[in-house]
Amino acid sequence: MSTPTDAEAITYIRAINLALDDALAADDSVIVFGEDVGIPNGPFGASKGLRAAYGDRVFDTPISESAMIGAALGSSMAGLRPVVEVMYADFLLVAMDQIVNQVANTRYVSRGRLTAPMVIRTQQGSTPGSCAQHSQSLEALFAHIPGLRVAVPSTPQDAYSVLRGAISSDDPVMVFESRRLYPSKGHVRRDADARIGVADVVRQGSAVTVVTWGTSRPLCEEAVDSLALQGYECELIDLRWISPWDTETVLASAARTGRLVVVHEAVRNAGFGAEVVSTVAESLGGQLQACRRVGTLASPIPSSPVLSAQLLPSVDTITRAILDTIGEK
Amino acid sequence: MMAAEVDDYRDMLRIRLIEEELLKCVQDGRVIGSAHLCIGQEAIPVGACRALKSDDPVVATYRGHGWALAKGVPPVQFIGEVMGRDSTLNGGRGGSAYLSSPDHAFMGENSIVGGGLPMTLGLAMAHQRRATGLIPAVSIGDGAMNQGNVHESLNMGSVLGIPFIVIVENNGYAEMTPSTDLTATPAAVRAAAYAIEAIEVDGNSASAVAEATRRARELAISTQRPVMVEAHTRRLGGHYSGDAQAYRPKGELEEWGRLDPLTRARSLLDPTVAEATYQQVVAEVADAFARAAQLPAPLEEEAMKHVYAN
Repeated sequence: MSTPTDAEAITYIRAINLALDDALAADDSVIVFGEDVGIPNGPFGASKGLRAAYGDRVFDTPISESAMIGAALGSSMAGLRPVVEVMYADFLLVAMDQIVNQVANTRYVSRGRLTAPMVIRTQQGSTPGSCAQHSQSLEALFAHIPGLRVAVPSTPQDAYSVLRGAISSDDPVMVFESRRLYPSKGHVRRDADARIGVADVVRQGSAVTVVTWGTSRPLCEEAVDSLALQGYECELIDLRWISPWDTETVLASAARTGRLVVVHEAVRNAGFGAEVVSTVAESLGGQLQACRRVGTLASPIPSSPVLSAQLLPSVDTITRAILDTIGEK
Repeated sequence: MMAAEVDDYRDMLRIRLIEEELLKCVQDGRVIGSAHLCIGQEAIPVGACRALKSDDPVVATYRGHGWALAKGVPPVQFIGEVMGRDSTLNGGRGGSAYLSSPDHAFMGENSIVGGGLPMTLGLAMAHQRRATGLIPAVSIGDGAMNQGNVHESLNMGSVLGIPFIVIVENNGYAEMTPSTDLTATPAAVRAAAYAIEAIEVDGNSASAVAEATRRARELAISTQRPVMVEAHTRRLGGHYSGDAQAYRPKGELEEWGRLDPLTRARSLLDPTVAEATYQQVVAEVADAFARAAQLPAPLEEEAMKHVYAN
């Protein structure tokens, strides 16, 4: 396959493809598998060309998420570095035992004598017409589980770097990609910082700290850029990872601004935004003057875009939440 | 031949005596929590581990004490782990139902019914790719045959051509309900649905289980697929240590007790040899419990370690 030059913008899905390609080339112990991942080149094209390039290190499995994730676990315990693709995050739910009871406990219970250096790649979020079983944003469920690492990249660069970091990690990592952002383009440097748990400060500002990740980042950028034209300079932080998450960067920013808005596409109730807000509140106490959470309203997500638009975060709801914390209408 | 029969008796007896003492420990508080004992099923791990290579990885269930000991886990450390001590196994993190010892290729018990099957498929995938020549084996109960994990793993192992051995210990009860009330077709019958070989065996004879496992191992290698061994046995105790077993029909335990593999194994031996072996194991087990009781408690400051790599 031709590889892009650093100057060439590539799509988010191509960045994932490139990360898988580079990881397979760099380390013989890396294998890539999942439903339609091998010969069909991946349902979204993430593994395009990889079967041809790497043979049976890239292969198709039955539609059996539990056995797929358990197979990743067992093969990682025995020295491989598997990357398993789960087509939609919603399908993780049929394999919860393997993820939560099996994968997450491996290192702790054996005191590190057994480990699970494996990656579960999946994608999530609502797109117009997707039904309630193909629309959920589920990262908070897994951030709740000790032993798992969780990433939610939002740009082509982060999609590349997060995946390389995840594959190198000696811990099990779940990467939640954004289907809606798959066509979005950006420049990817292959030597960019791939450290786990480091946030990206997207915009600097002193009025309000806005924390986001995944699919919501472009909405936040639009809201923050528009408010900047009105004279409100917001600091926008993309966490990239929610387990572990960059408390240091968020706390330092919130200490400066005294105002915090957390935005995610996942349902707001008991979402990871609640964890971010409470961590900041516990640490800053009265220094935190105002905070808001923006997330999907507590409802299953309907297929019709007319209905789903009523529930999902938007530039408008994000803008209003930011202005609320400033006390402006 | 005699030597093998003495070995079988001694190894089964060791498991039996350790578990009988552990039951007392649960009752008098030396073990905190409960235990799931394999009393009556000892011939399966002892026989199977005779046939497996010592490095063949084994995955078991919460009824896995026999498997750990048959893989060569030292009794003192095993007992210490069950007692929640700082053992060399899991340092008190595993306990009775979730202990492991990779140094002995014992990849661990599993407290989720059927939960170890997908992991075994993965172990087998890695060993096949790395051409180690090892064949992983997993023990499950008859109740696990109704878990989706088992179905998914046997199908995937079959279509992807992954060799491993699944040993179904059919002990008559799925937890507290007779297996026949819960299972539409026997395990060995289901094997055909996955296009894999199945061998049924008398699970109360260690030599028969060893022979079946030897054949299964060869078949796994020659077919490059999973192979099932359904070992018919009888659970001579409760589902767990606190199980009053009120669900058992009157007289069943007495009837099943006549099939006790230990009684059978002893009857094959010269009485003098049998008694000498018995006394030797009694002394060995007493010594192991005494030494396990001397193991220190885990250090409190260890509790948060090893959640992540760093």
